[in-house]
Amino acid sequence: MNKKLLIPLALFGVVFAFLLAGLGLNPREVPSPLIGKPAPEFQLKKLHEPGQSFGTADMKGKVWLLNVWASWCVACREEHPYLVELARAKIVPLVGLDYKDEPAAGIQWLRQHGDPYDLSVVDRDGRVGLDYGVYGVPETFVIDKAGIIRYKHIGPVNAESLEKKIIPLVRELQKS
Amino acid sequence: MTRPLVPLLAAAWCALALAFAPPAHAADAVPTEQDPVAQARAVKLSEQLRCLVCQNQTIAESNADLAVDLRRQVREQIAAGKSDDDIVKFMTDRYGDFVLYRPPLKATTLLLWGGPLLLLLLGFFMLARLVRQRRATPKDAPLTAEEHARAAALLAGTAKDKP
Repeated sequence: MNKKLLIPLALFGVVFAFLLAGLGLNPREVPSPLIGKPAPEFQLKKLHEPGQSFGTADMKGKVWLLNVWASWCVACREEHPYLVELARAKIVPLVGLDYKDEPAAGIQWLRQHGDPYDLSVVDRDGRVGLDYGVYGVPETFVIDKAGIIRYKHIGPVNAESLEKKIIPLVRELQKS
Repeated sequence: MTRPLVPLLAAAWCALALAFAPPAHAADAVPTEQDPVAQARAVKLSEQLRCLVCQNQTIAESNADLAVDLRRQVREQIAAGKSDDDIVKFMTDRYGDFVLYRPPLKATTLLLWGGPLLLLLLGFFMLARLVRQRRATPKDAPLTAEEHARAAALLAGTAKDKP
């Protein structure tokens, strides 16, 4: 058989392999340049106690999760039960960033769906969210003891992403 | 496959807005700028930055919430006297090179920038080879004695072999 006839087949195979690999990629998941960098510092008012503020410096020496949520965010409802479960297990402190939200609506939302957060802060105009490169709420950041962002989960977390990625990473970071 | 719903909804909103709205530009977002030079800079920068919600639109075109915020950032930073490079760096520090419509040339983007040229060169190479091959095949090569005999037999209708 003529070897030249195999060339189109080989080309087809290459294109096929690339397209097949592409099917498994999510174009909405843009790799964050913040991984491995210090978490941008902020000092924001607490959602439930507007008189008090919370800052990234308060978490120095602890591994913690920063979850970006909002009462207007539909996908947040999807992940909420998993966060409630995570909070019940008391594995890691969970801080909520109420992103571009009315504080009253945020409080009402937590009352209705349950509050998994150790505390929530209000990012009224979304400036802190912008510093964290937030573009698709909900997003979850894993921040280590030195205040370095180790992982970013874009979109709602679920049992799989928590058990396979986030919790093992948290445990590993807590050891060090 | 679970996907963040918000970007999806936002994308749908982008599509709707695009379908029903006249072409919107950064200019009509926040009427803050009176200075035409700064205004031109803001529009130019906004046209180079990608909206991460409507990924195939610039922040100048998109009406997604995020694009509005990013346009505001561009304006504020221009007003604060930041250079274009500073502003682009601010964006890439937070959103990565993906935010740029014109990705920078570096090791990871070499194939992206060089790929088309490589394919063009490959095309030229194959074309040259094809042309050379064609030229090498003689068009009017004289027939051998055997071929002459077969042609004569065919014409006479006494050929034994089937073509």
